[in-house]
Amino acid sequence: MIEINDLAFSYKKKKPLFSKLNLQLSEGRIHGLLGKNGAGKTTLLKLISGLLFPDGGEIKTLGYKPANRKPSMLQDIYFLFEEFTLPDFSIQKFKEIYSVFYPNFNENQFNEYLSEFEIHDNEKLNSLSYGQKKKVLIAFGLACNTKLLIMDEPTNGLDIPSKSQFRKIMAGAIDESKCVIISTHQVRDLDNLIDSITILDQQDVIISQPIEKITEKLCFKAISQNDTNDKIYYSENGLRGHWAVVENDKNEDSKLDIEMLFHATFANKKRMQDLFNNIKNS
Amino acid sequence: MEFKEPQAIYLQIAEFVCEKILLENWKTDEKIPSVRELAVELEVNPNTAMRAYEFLQNREIIYNKRGIGFFVSQDAKGKVSVFRKQQFLESELPVFLKNMNILNISIQEIETYYTEFIKSNKPK
Repeated sequence: MIEINDLAFSYKKKKPLFSKLNLQLSEGRIHGLLGKNGAGKTTLLKLISGLLFPDGGEIKTLGYKPANRKPSMLQDIYFLFEEFTLPDFSIQKFKEIYSVFYPNFNENQFNEYLSEFEIHDNEKLNSLSYGQKKKVLIAFGLACNTKLLIMDEPTNGLDIPSKSQFRKIMAGAIDESKCVIISTHQVRDLDNLIDSITILDQQDVIISQPIEKITEKLCFKAISQNDTNDKIYYSENGLRGHWAVVENDKNEDSKLDIEMLFHATFANKKRMQDLFNNIKNS
Repeated sequence: MEFKEPQAIYLQIAEFVCEKILLENWKTDEKIPSVRELAVELEVNPNTAMRAYEFLQNREIIYNKRGIGFFVSQDAKGKVSVFRKQQFLESELPVFLKNMNILNISIQEIETYYTEFIKSNKPK
């Protein structure tokens, strides 16, 4: 669905953000794009959708070169931004004006999502709070039924019940033909929804793997306090005891903890890359 | 201090389904929720829900009718018990035994509690 080869991009000549970035994202999954602040997550998403142009390398989105911004590509991409300004329309009018760009837009679905979020479509966009506006855009974006759905921090600003509604709506909206990319720091909100993880750091993709492949290689579990061996990638003490990310040499099933994975990745970048590069070759 | 780590999500989902079967909320040859319905209810990725159903299908606890959906197998309860017993022996019993050892509890002492428990929880 998305293929990136040797991508180079910089905002300032002397400070390249990406130099030789490679990444493939497949359909049928909800990809979580993670990285520290300033790692270039939003930039990467903009490059994928044709909002920024690469300095070098190649991007293929839905089979197109995104920089060409072909309407046939754009009608199959919806991008939910973290920061946005909305026109001074009612939700009704917003729908009428913008839905024409998306041939698969489904009005019933839009209304259904809105009512699940408890928003009335006669309201003015600018009378809504940030969280409510976001819910309108989420409802609209999902109702567009695009092949590619990009969401930058979708749960920021959502109240507690809305987060649960969001997860339900997302669980019902994904299918084999769709690719969803969610960039987020709120990993606990989306823990059970994301089923593929990409971690970005300093011009590079460190890991990009489906969850089942990660838990095949790594085990997330409690270990005894004085356990030290080279199989441990990361460990921490907490209320839950002594927790660690260890090499899964006994083929154990464990629940992936995204935060732990994130720490483990940054503690052992090279090892982590090697561990998962072997998967590709095997 | 050591806690039991949470299980992989697909196994938690499988357990949720087993529970429904044991409690007879879902009965033999009855259609169970679709992968999508289950994913929405539990707020999980449909791929994970699918993995749970495949896991249960491999253990012949549920079966798939192509194009129609998943159903509860004959003797699903029996098979759930087998699966649960295996799980208990593999993951819960070791913790139990370890604690017995740490706290110096003899097997005779446990037996007394067990006999009492069985007496007061006689199956109807």
